This record gives sequence, structure tokens and C-alpha cells, in this order.
Amino acid sequence: MRHTLAVLVENNPGVLARVAGLFSRRGFNIDSLAVGRTERPDVSRMTIVVEGDDRVLEQVSKQLHKLVDVIKISDITPEEYVDRELVLIKVHCEAVHRGEIMQVADVFRARIVDLGRKTITVECTGNDGKINAFEEALRPYGIKELVRTGKIAMMRGTRFTSVSGVRDED
Amino acid sequence: MEMTVAQALIRCLELEEVDIIFGYPGGAILPVYDALCKAASIKHVLVRHEQGAVHAADAYSRATGKVGVIMATSGPGATNLVTGIANAYMDSVPLVLITGQVPTSQVGTDAFQEVDITGITMPITKHNYLVKDAKKLPSIIKSAFHIASTGRPGPVLIDLPKDVASETIKFTYPEKVSLRGYKPTYTGHPAKVKEAAKLMMNSQRPVIYAGGGVLNSGAAGELLQLAETLTAPVTNTFMGLSGFPGEHPLFLGMLGLHGTRYANLAVTNCDLLIALGARFDDRVTGRLAAFAPNAGVVHVDIDPAEIGKNVQVHVPIVGDVKQVLQAILAHLKKKDRTGWLEQIQQWKKEYPLTYGSGGEKMKPQAVIEAIYRHTRGEAVVTTDVGQHQMWVAQYYRFKYPGTLISSGGLGTMGFGLPAAVGAQIGLPDRLVMLITGDGSVQMNIQELATLVEQKLPIKIFIMNNNCLGLVRQLQEFYCERRYIATEFGFVPDFARLAGAYGIAGYDIETLEQLDKMLPEIISNPGAAIVNCRVDASENVSPMVMAGQGIDEAIDC
Repeated sequence: MRHTLAVLVENNPGVLARVAGLFSRRGFNIDSLAVGRTERPDVSRMTIVVEGDDRVLEQVSKQLHKLVDVIKISDITPEEYVDRELVLIKVHCEAVHRGEIMQVADVFRARIVDLGRKTITVECTGNDGKINAFEEALRPYGIKELVRTGKIAMMRGTRFTSVSGVRDED
Repeated sequence: MEMTVAQALIRCLELEEVDIIFGYPGGAILPVYDALCKAASIKHVLVRHEQGAVHAADAYSRATGKVGVIMATSGPGATNLVTGIANAYMDSVPLVLITGQVPTSQVGTDAFQEVDITGITMPITKHNYLVKDAKKLPSIIKSAFHIASTGRPGPVLIDLPKDVASETIKFTYPEKVSLRGYKPTYTGHPAKVKEAAKLMMNSQRPVIYAGGGVLNSGAAGELLQLAETLTAPVTNTFMGLSGFPGEHPLFLGMLGLHGTRYANLAVTNCDLLIALGARFDDRVTGRLAAFAPNAGVVHVDIDPAEIGKNVQVHVPIVGDVKQVLQAILAHLKKKDRTGWLEQIQQWKKEYPLTYGSGGEKMKPQAVIEAIYRHTRGEAVVTTDVGQHQMWVAQYYRFKYPGTLISSGGLGTMGFGLPAAVGAQIGLPDRLVMLITGDGSVQMNIQELATLVEQKLPIKIFIMNNNCLGLVRQLQEFYCERRYIATEFGFVPDFARLAGAYGIAGYDIETLEQLDKMLPEIISNPGAAIVNCRVDASENVSPMVMAGQGIDEAIDC
């Protein structure tokens, strides 16, 4: 099963290497990892999507906890959460197909961000199901280049992940 | 007070009450050594190879309970530490290592003697630091000692670029450490403690399986009390040896791959396995499905990641073994037990540790027994890795906690000699012995010079069989006796080598000779090398073959 982990880490140099190294040497499979700083400049947040059964997940979480730079880990999979990923896709596009591709983009609420002589670049956000579907819809036109950010996620409602744990708002 | 970072570093070490540093100088760490000149309270032990420095500090730490401190320079100085660091990491030994680094402006340029030692040691340190901001040095040192010595202990490395070491800072040493991502748990969860106590009281056939965590937490007294209260037999992992008195009637010896048959049978047939500060290592469990198949498992460990890693646990307790045992003992009443103990007694009678008596050559097992006869467990024993190490585990009865210092998890040949150096420096008044092999001792034999320079009266017993016995044994059983690269075409004359270092050398061919010479060897005030020519055909027995359960050991 796929799990989504929200991991708060010290914003120290090398922390990404520590986390990534841990996953590879312990044989854990990362589906995606997205990292950036949070509302606090000294704290970064990683959203890690990892494949594994409950036992694997327990080990992932415990081993992550052993890293001194890791402050908090929440497996938000069982919670209600919003998740998003952003993709940029550059599609082969002759002038005659522009309208058609723009219609596809419209269906997925994607935005055209660049036009070239024979290309069109679109931006789309959503969960990975939507992104995958969008990619498939564009594939027949010829995808020249594609880049995805990896998933970021946040719990819905008043619950939140903070340095002091997963809590309800006071 | 204003001072250079190098001076501040030495000041920090003084405030951490470091009295000894094992190290080897070089260009990048020059400013730190220069500052060390003025530190009257810190002694520096100059080793002959950086690996020796780590092993010596490792053993010093195990012998004294203090944090071992190591210094080395950048590049090769740092990479030579790597095996020692991995060794300490696997055996949970608190170390603080300080390496010099090329100046910040050259970091990342493949400069002379530059190596990314924080990157290299990431998987084998508990934590490491590259000091970029001079002001942070004091708090980094404070944190390093805290991280190394608390929770599950381990090595922490600090890489200090040469230019940073020469910067001037205003020195204040923080009183407290604040690490929001690091808060080890010491006290067991009360509900789990109760549950464990209940299982222990209700168990008919309990076995206590005690590891190195018992020694790390100083819980040997509590372990003894637990065993005697429950009248439960105790088996030790290799790392746990010396944590329970070797002559105690409840002692089963070591379990696992080369464990006693009765320990392995007891574990296989128990209804409750009480795992204390042990990690269900593959050398202990053999085939996992056959390990304690009908037992409930109580697992006490300070490292939550060890609980449930290899086996399913019924009562997990995260905490310090000593504190958790104290809490459990409060819930226990003295329990007598006859049937289970009789069964174990029968196994002990039926399957004792044995070795052949034939042949002209001295049996290595008999050498260990002789050393035990003459020391009665009063010595601190360091070993290397190989057959001799397993024979020590089987035939030497440890009396006091911490009197075995050996490389368990990593199995580092070459650990023994520098470890003996570190142990003797930490325990100047104790009899320190190294039991090693002709293969292992040659792996760090340069440390003989350190031993002599430091005037250490270490007694070195070399189980000399002219080969790499344990690997040879593997070739006998797994490669149909196709021996390759395990027999030495040349082995130095160790007794004469002793002469070259100005210490006593002995050549021993027979057990009678050994018995006669041992009192002299032990009582002499100086160091000695005792070259014991032993029967090369002896194997470590019993042995559990790969993929087998621990109750399926073969005699070999």
C-alpha cells in the first residue's frame, strides 16, 4: 500500500541526503519526495510517498525518527487530506492542433504557460490520478518533455502537523 | 573570552572532562593539535594508524563508561577511521571523532587530502557535523557529546575545516542541549511494564535473552535479580557476554550460530522469551521462523527501531533496560520452578560443549580453558574476530560486567590489539589480556609500538594455527573443502617479534608448557606475546548452517 508521510525536518544542509540515503540503504521504496521550507524558516517539510505494508511503514517511520534532524513524522494516509502535484508538459503542437490541445487543457483546468513554433507548454495541478489522466490525454500529440514536482499534502480541517505533533487547533 | 575555534574546541573537551584523546595529527588538523599543547589535563595517545585510534577509544569507552574521543586529519586520516566508526556504530559505543578538513574555500574542489567524510560516515554515525559557522562550534561539541552518550549510544563525527579552526570567537559553553528531533525514552510505559510482569509470572518455560544493552545501561545487577526472582535461565548474545555471571547455575552461555546446544534448545522450546537490550541479529536467530516458535516475546530496548524489526513482539517496551527492569521487578514475586530447570539441566548434561582430545597438537579450546583457570574471570579480555573469539565466548566464564571487549556486530579483524591498548589505558590497575589469532593480530600489528610507548602490561595470546581458521571452516562446510586464500604461506615468528619491540615473547607448544608458564606470564609486570601453536584442524562447534533453525546445529 502507498503511504503519504508528512515529515518535518531541521532546515540544515545535508538533511535531504540523510533522508534519501536512509531510504536507499534500508531498501525502502520512495514513490516521490517533495521538500521545501515551511512557515518557519528553520523547519523544512518533506512529503514522502512510500510503498510498503504496515511493517515496512513502521520501520520507515522508526528509522526516520532516529535521524537527529528529523523533528516529526506523521503518516497522514488514514486522515482526510488534500494533496496536490504540479506538472509541466511540453507537447508537440502544429498550429492546426492548438485549439484541440487547448480544449483538452480546459477539461483538466490546466493552463497554457508557453507557446513555441511547434510546441505548447501546459501547467496542471491536482492529485496524481488527475495528473496521470492529463498526461494520457496529451500523449497522442507527442510529449516532448514532462516534469512533475512530486506530491505535497496537508490534512483537512482543523487538524495540523506541527513541530509539536499532530494536533487539533487550540 | 576571545579565542580561536581550535582553542575553544579544546576548552569544550576540558569542560566535558575528557582526559584522553586517541589520535594522529596531520596538516588540516594542525591548529587543533597546536591548541592541545596547552591542555594540561588532556593526555594524547599517539597511535600508529587512525583505525587503531578508533578501536582504542572504543575499548577505552567500554572499559570506563566514558565517551571515547578521537582526532585525525583530513583525507586519508579521516577515511582510515571509517572501519572503526562502523564498528562502534554496530556495537553502540559512544565516541566523538574530530577530523580536520581542508579550508572552506577549497571544500568541494578535490583539494589535496580532501574527502567528504560527513558524506562517507552518514550511514555509520549516529549524527555528524561539518562546522561552517565558527560561532556554532561550542554548541556542536555539546550536542555531539550528548547525542553520543545518551539513548542508544553511538559515534558522532565533527568535521572542522582548517580556516574555521583558526577563526576567533567569543567563547561560551552552553549549559543545555536543545535538540527537538532527539529525545530518547528511558522509562518504560507503565501499562506495558505491568503486562510484561504478568506474562513473566504466568510463564512456565521462560528464557531471558540478554544482549549488549544490559551492559550499556549498567543493568547486570537487575538482570541477576530478574533471573533469580523468576528462576529463569539466561542466555547471552555475544555482545551481552559478561552481563551475567558465567558460573551461575541459571546461565546457559551464548546462543545462536555457535551457541551452546542447551541455550538454543531452551530458546526453541520456551513459552516466553524475555529479550533485554538485544536485537535479534541473524547470527542469533538463524532461520527466523524456527526461532522461539512457540514463545510470547517481551522486548525491552532503548531503540524503538529494533523492536519489531526482525520478529513479531507481543510486549514491546521502549526504554533503558535498567530502569525498565527496576519497574518490572517491583511487580514480581519470587517464583520457583522445577520441571523446566530439570529439562535444561538434562540438555546441559546431554549436549555439553566438547572438543576432541586426539592429535599431538595443543587444542585452542584448551588454551582458553587454561587462561580461565589461571585468571578465574578476574581479567579484562579483549579479542579479535574469528575462531579464537568464538572459543573465548564458549570457554571463558566472565565474572564481572564489561570484562569482555570485542567486536560483535561488524566483526572487525584487527580490533583486538588497539582495543587492548584502550582498555588498559582506561583500567591501568587491571589485568588486560588480548586473545587473538595469527590472522587478526597482523591486521593492526603496528599498534604494538603504541603499546610499548605507553608502557602497557598487556598479555597477548595468539592462537596461531597458520591459517584463517573461521573462513577455512566455512570453506570446509560450504565449499567442499576447496581451501583458497585461507592458509598462510608465511607467518612471522611472533615470539621474536616481541623481542623487536622489547617485550617478553613465549613460544608454547603444549598445554603442560602453557600451564607451567601462565603464572609467570600473568604476574610479570611487563607486556608479553604468547605464541600458542594450536591444532589447525579444530573447528568452532556446534555450528548452525545457513538457513537452519538454531536447534538444528551440527557438530563439527
